[in-house]
Amino acid sequence: MRVVVAMSGGVDSSVVAGLLHEAGHEVIGVTLQLYDHGAAAGRKGACCAGQDIHDARNVADRLGIAHYVIDSEQAFRRNVIQAFADSYAAGQTPVPCVACNQHLKFGDLLGLAHDLGAEALATGHYVRREDGPAGPELHRAVDDARDQSWFLFATTRSQLAFARFPLGAMASKAEVRAEAARMGLPVADKADSQDICFVPSGSYADIVARLRPDAAAPGDIVDAEGRVLDRHQGIGRYTVGQAKRLGAATGQIVTRIDPATRRIEVGPRHTGSQKILLRDCNWLIDSPAEPHPAMVKLRAREAPHPALIDFAAGSVTLAQPALAAPGQACVVYDGTRVLGGGFIQ
Amino acid sequence: MVLPATDPLYLDANASETLRPAARAAILAALDAANPASIHRLGRAARHILEKSRETIALHCHARPQDLVFTSGATEANALAIHALGANRPLLIGATEHDAIRAPAQAAGRAVTVPVTRSGVIDLAALERLLAAHQGALVCLMEANNETGVIHPIPAIATLCAAHQAILHVDAAQSAGRLRTDPLGAGAASLALSSHKLGGPKGAGALVLAPAIADRLTPLIIGGGQERGRRGGTPDLPAIAGFAAAIAVIGPEEAPRLQRLRDQIDDGARALGAEIIGQDAPRLPNTTCLAVRSLPAQTQVIALDLAGIAVSAGSACSSGKVARSPVLDAMGLDALADCAIRVSLPWNCPDDAPMRFLDAYQNSITRALHKADRSHIASAEPVV
Repeated sequence: MRVVVAMSGGVDSSVVAGLLHEAGHEVIGVTLQLYDHGAAAGRKGACCAGQDIHDARNVADRLGIAHYVIDSEQAFRRNVIQAFADSYAAGQTPVPCVACNQHLKFGDLLGLAHDLGAEALATGHYVRREDGPAGPELHRAVDDARDQSWFLFATTRSQLAFARFPLGAMASKAEVRAEAARMGLPVADKADSQDICFVPSGSYADIVARLRPDAAAPGDIVDAEGRVLDRHQGIGRYTVGQAKRLGAATGQIVTRIDPATRRIEVGPRHTGSQKILLRDCNWLIDSPAEPHPAMVKLRAREAPHPALIDFAAGSVTLAQPALAAPGQACVVYDGTRVLGGGFIQ
Repeated sequence: MVLPATDPLYLDANASETLRPAARAAILAALDAANPASIHRLGRAARHILEKSRETIALHCHARPQDLVFTSGATEANALAIHALGANRPLLIGATEHDAIRAPAQAAGRAVTVPVTRSGVIDLAALERLLAAHQGALVCLMEANNETGVIHPIPAIATLCAAHQAILHVDAAQSAGRLRTDPLGAGAASLALSSHKLGGPKGAGALVLAPAIADRLTPLIIGGGQERGRRGGTPDLPAIAGFAAAIAVIGPEEAPRLQRLRDQIDDGARALGAEIIGQDAPRLPNTTCLAVRSLPAQTQVIALDLAGIAVSAGSACSSGKVARSPVLDAMGLDALADCAIRVSLPWNCPDDAPMRFLDAYQNSITRALHKADRSHIASAEPVV
């Protein structure tokens, strides 16, 4: 069948393209150009494409499959980069990879795949899509260390029906690299991507300050009683749970950020709450009418917490208090299966 | 790659014209040539090829052979014209120019853009105002646009330029060989040509000059003083031989035939609801620019490619990314600019091309515009 593969130029999506091609499908590689690489690297007039796009083209050429580069700069700027900065300015913790999956990979790219008459969209994500009695289910990857299910909770059921994740069943990254080497792909030894793709220097505070200068205005660091402990250089440099850059409050963590007063409130490290309200929920099951026990993850890399989920109300009651950062995702699991989730209010 | 059942149908001649057999033969014959600057008989034989080629191309441009400077292509010819003729002059460039004009003019730091009308033709009244405001300018305009095929009225423009002590450089990359016009005779100072846009090989081009200015040209590349000191470097003889052979074999019957096929495509596309960009202006016989509202050009180009039909859209950068067309932007097309593809017929376009194109075009439009309920795709078939 005709399958569109989202090719980033990395080893994972390259292996996906290779495996599907070997399996006899008509593979169409598509790379989204998300930002002007020349501008990101600070080189005026440089070629607009980064090395990753050239790598994707080289892999497609090696495999002998069609490959296209799609200009997604506008959509990425609006839905991911601007949303990233806006999130900081609102005192929230952004999750740009979720926004990118939601709006670009499973939004615009999936639409393109449909327009091209493809029957599926495959990506290099480490998750599994299993067929259950009530339709396709989203599950954690076999390789727990690589699992990306947390980042894909916002995938809707109809998007999931169209999606394929061939790497979810791989035992390890080493196995993926071995496949790449076996197929002679020029990216077999390429380093894994790091951090946030559109912040090559790692200095996200610069981007936030440029897009939202208000988030770079100084303010007070206060304790729970409102006593001023120190000053800060902009709420865009802080997220809830952060222990760095606290000056005289070192040893504590950020517990609350108030964008209106630009106050950063700190508290002891064990601070937390039991009740979490969610917005923009996406449920991958028919919501049970009664609250339902399950496990939740409040950040990408942490052990899951037992909780009681009220699907209809979009609220979560944790068995033990934990720190929930507004803006982050709360993803609900039943064993390996992702039941959905929402953004923490 | 899974290839379509039939050979790809090439409708992207404005990106690169199909190589003409006469050009291929001339290239092969010149591959063993010596250096045309050498004294010995083999050098003389090479020089013979070079100068015969120069005569052939100059004749086609109604120019003297000694006024033709071979370059690596139209990009270099345009850059040389701006460098040599535009020094210390204001630069007036058309709003729909190719980057080969736009980029060097902007790099010079004194480019002024001349607007076009909604049909893509240069706005003569605006040009006259700008000429009056910028006396003694170098005006750089393409004779025919690469994306729409829209033709600027070079004789009228040349007359305006002369009235304001301006000189006119014409980028004839798309029009040479396709239009039987004479820009130099109309008063242009120089003409940029590209071999591969008229059926020769890539890697050759020319700047053809009016006699009065031909000898005082400051080179971009100094080197060994080749081309009478106007362009250093050993000329690419096989490419130049192919260039000349291509221009020599273009017959008068070619354009009317392509126009007939192009008009069939226009009629069929209109019937499918497409808009023809620049249809009210004179256009190249082989070119049409079709837009379907709310259907992104990149989707159309990819869908047609998968159906075995090669067309293009916008300006492709080296990443292969399809970017929004500045040409269509300049025509004030707004959102429609994102939805236009260019169909450009090569000299050997088969007679069934309109039928094959329209068939695939209809399929891709129908599929994308009638986004049916996608739930039918829910049947889960494992892929690996």
